[in-house]
Amino acid sequence: MIRNYDKLIFELSKEGRTGYSLPKNEFEGYCICKGIPQNMQRTDVPELPQVTEFDVVRHYTNLSNKNFGVDTGFYPLGSCTMKYNPRINEEIAAHPAFAGLHPDYPVECTQGALEVYYNLAQSLSEVSGLAAFTLNPYAGAHGELTGLMIMRKYHMLRGDYKRTKVIVPDSAHGTNPASAAVCGLQIVEVKSTAKGTVDVEDLKPLLDDTVAGIMMTNPNTLGIFETEIPEISRLVHECGGLLYYDGANLNAVLGKCRPGDMGFDIMHINLHKTFSTPHGGGGPGDGPVGVRAGLEHLLPNPQVKKDADGQFYIDTDESSAGYVSNFLGNFGVIMRAYTYILTLGRENVKMVGPLAVLNANYVKESLKADYYLPIEGVCKHEFVFDGLVDKSTGVTTLDIAKRLLDYGYHAPTIYFPLLFHQSIMIEPTETESKETLDEFIDVMKRVAREAAENPDVVKSAPHTTPVRRLDETTAARYPKTTYRQMKG
Amino acid sequence: MKYFPHTQDDIDKMLQVAGVKSMDDLFGEIPGQLLFNREFALPEAMSEVEIRKFFDALGKKNNQLICFAGAGVEDHYSPSIIAPIISRGEFLTAYTPYQPEISQGTLQYIFEYQSMISELTGLDVTNASMYDGTTATAEAMMMTVAAAKKRNKVLVSDTMNPKVKRVIETYAMYNGVTVETVAQKDGVTDLEQLQQKLQGDDVAGVIVAQPNFYGIVEDYSGVADMCHEKKALLVMNANPSALAVLKSPAEWGADIACGDGQPLGIPMNYGGPYVGYLSCTNALVRKLPGRIVGSTTDVDGKRAFVLTLQAREQHIRREKANSNICSNQSLMALYVTIYMSVMGYKGLREVNKLSYAGAHYLSEQLVATGKCSMAFDKPFLNEFAIKTTVCAKQVQAALLEKGILGGVRIADDMLLLCVTEQRTKAEIDLLVETVRNL
Repeated sequence: MIRNYDKLIFELSKEGRTGYSLPKNEFEGYCICKGIPQNMQRTDVPELPQVTEFDVVRHYTNLSNKNFGVDTGFYPLGSCTMKYNPRINEEIAAHPAFAGLHPDYPVECTQGALEVYYNLAQSLSEVSGLAAFTLNPYAGAHGELTGLMIMRKYHMLRGDYKRTKVIVPDSAHGTNPASAAVCGLQIVEVKSTAKGTVDVEDLKPLLDDTVAGIMMTNPNTLGIFETEIPEISRLVHECGGLLYYDGANLNAVLGKCRPGDMGFDIMHINLHKTFSTPHGGGGPGDGPVGVRAGLEHLLPNPQVKKDADGQFYIDTDESSAGYVSNFLGNFGVIMRAYTYILTLGRENVKMVGPLAVLNANYVKESLKADYYLPIEGVCKHEFVFDGLVDKSTGVTTLDIAKRLLDYGYHAPTIYFPLLFHQSIMIEPTETESKETLDEFIDVMKRVAREAAENPDVVKSAPHTTPVRRLDETTAARYPKTTYRQMKG
Repeated sequence: MKYFPHTQDDIDKMLQVAGVKSMDDLFGEIPGQLLFNREFALPEAMSEVEIRKFFDALGKKNNQLICFAGAGVEDHYSPSIIAPIISRGEFLTAYTPYQPEISQGTLQYIFEYQSMISELTGLDVTNASMYDGTTATAEAMMMTVAAAKKRNKVLVSDTMNPKVKRVIETYAMYNGVTVETVAQKDGVTDLEQLQQKLQGDDVAGVIVAQPNFYGIVEDYSGVADMCHEKKALLVMNANPSALAVLKSPAEWGADIACGDGQPLGIPMNYGGPYVGYLSCTNALVRKLPGRIVGSTTDVDGKRAFVLTLQAREQHIRREKANSNICSNQSLMALYVTIYMSVMGYKGLREVNKLSYAGAHYLSEQLVATGKCSMAFDKPFLNEFAIKTTVCAKQVQAALLEKGILGGVRIADDMLLLCVTEQRTKAEIDLLVETVRNL
């Protein structure tokens, strides 16, 4: 039995305790108090905890017990691709021959590391059908921003400065319009059809010589494949724009079809989704960006290249979109993703998409009698319910999500996409077994029954979690975001 | 394949429920010409045994050097307890804490992280972390422009780390922000020029570094007043470890502090993952990008933590959001939180004392060889620029032969050298001896 732990690390602090050990000072006679002028030295004492090493271990172990990860249980969070995160990836990322490298090591001393970078970039090119990749962007949204910078730079270098609009479907991830805005682009929304795909007739009149490009994900956020993509690609290219592929949903088609073959010019990949690197409670991820042939020079600096003798070197290109990171991205994450690709190998990479899609369709068909499926048909890696079929219970999507926590599941993504009022977006991923899915299906049906028979138990859920529903309004109205503010 | 649980029997049964005849039919709607029909040009699957051998062999193509390089990434000691704690699957494999009832672990350590960084910077609020120090500084730049409303010019000191400056400039170019450089004089920001550049009443923010790129601790007395008089915000990019001994950004009067958390015990990892930090005054909290965790209570009155002030963010505001930032660098924030917990204020001061002592010993010994002279006569902590009489490239080559990474070359005759508590006297003496023998 795990005790109900509720301390902050600061509350364990006791004057005089220490948790560190450092080497003896071998250099006598040097003192910061002499070398740094008094007015530049710190006078107040920052309140950091004074605790022992053991206090710290126990504290954070207890905190971990209040957390739910993929290792804990099924995590059907739509659009997040919560697949198994293999431990060998962690072991390899911590390999001392790589983890100790400073970014300013001369390249002749980092040939192994550069080879990993180069080979992962090549592998991503192969599975996505684009010519070249940078691994420098740190996350999906950062990849989007980088990709849009490339798009703008492409037009700028052609002297075409009036292309400042980017078309984004109304079903897009929130980061799409936000990244476009940070990149200085105006957003034009294109509507979805009743089937949830981009409305080509609505798109046509939007296409003119002010359009820099379009951002799409395929399959889209409803898990539906945009079958008109060849036509969309033709239209956008004809008007002089570029196609950007948001790789958040790449897991659906991995091994089955490639964004490059669909006509996309630029894309990002979330290594922390499709290539199994852990999400870490929000990060670190990595958001490699790929481009079609002819756009390679626009990739951000620095760039990793290979010379005729097979030696790797670091290059910069003046026509590049610029610098978006400290160095070569989250190298530790790159190590993990490459390990995963090598573990799967060419024979298994191609099964990722198909098995993910099989799992999604299995869950969708098993639950559609109880949960309202607004768009029928075969989905890809994820799908969206619009609440319960029985709308009379008063039980909302939020209630269902919270009730699932009581049964030991993470909730699906809720209230996204915005196309429906009660969206429940489920993405099971390929690493979940039929038994796991069957149990989840049983629980979902049970919650639907509870909603009809005993709605209060659902509306007041969760009941068994370390804390219950939170007062988010007060948190936002009177924000207390540090221990000092909390103490008042 | 060990990661795929599907037996053929499972697949058959599941296809039946899904209402399709074959795996191919799951993709039946996709136009035929888009389907990928050949084998991938990738290696065959490797077992764990082969994976280990593969990376051991690749690792032999890297060299392990005694590190005297800094320039924003420092070779500090990382306590043994961190790796096992952050490897716990409950932390490692969780997503952003969207369901607070089962994410109190993540939410609480982010709250602790925010608290500790705020203690170091002296500023009221800290967000849940950024990708790294370069992007955190670019976000700080955009905050100053958003806060100023009608101004879009930002001044950046020439003493800023060029790796940070080039990311700021990239973001600025696309974001429609004009970046002007404030010149340096003798290795520090030319404050007269700064004052002149502020006279146009068109500057949204001024971005300075502490310690600066050359390792110099700059005297920013009067700078905040200079900025605020002209309604510009002051942004200070500071090494968080050094803030245990240096006057905090808040004490200098900065409105925003930012930087990289790597010196707080994160392995160098060939450039990442690290964590960027971003703190500001209460007045700017609604302009702060990224996630923020706040404390609250649950329906039973129990203390709890939750993502808060979300109305600033992209998933609510889309193109009107403060930033496109979606994730944070949570696990690395946990990394530095554990580091700060075990080190405490005293440990952090001790790290600075040891690094300071080693760096000053090294600088004196190098000058004593007659082959080097200090590039600047200014106070520094653990990093300094040194002029070499022979070409700096040659010095680095000689050091490399001894297994030493001889700092970062910042001019043909100038090296930037950094010392941490991990450098021993023997290592420093080897460096000095090698230079003496040149």
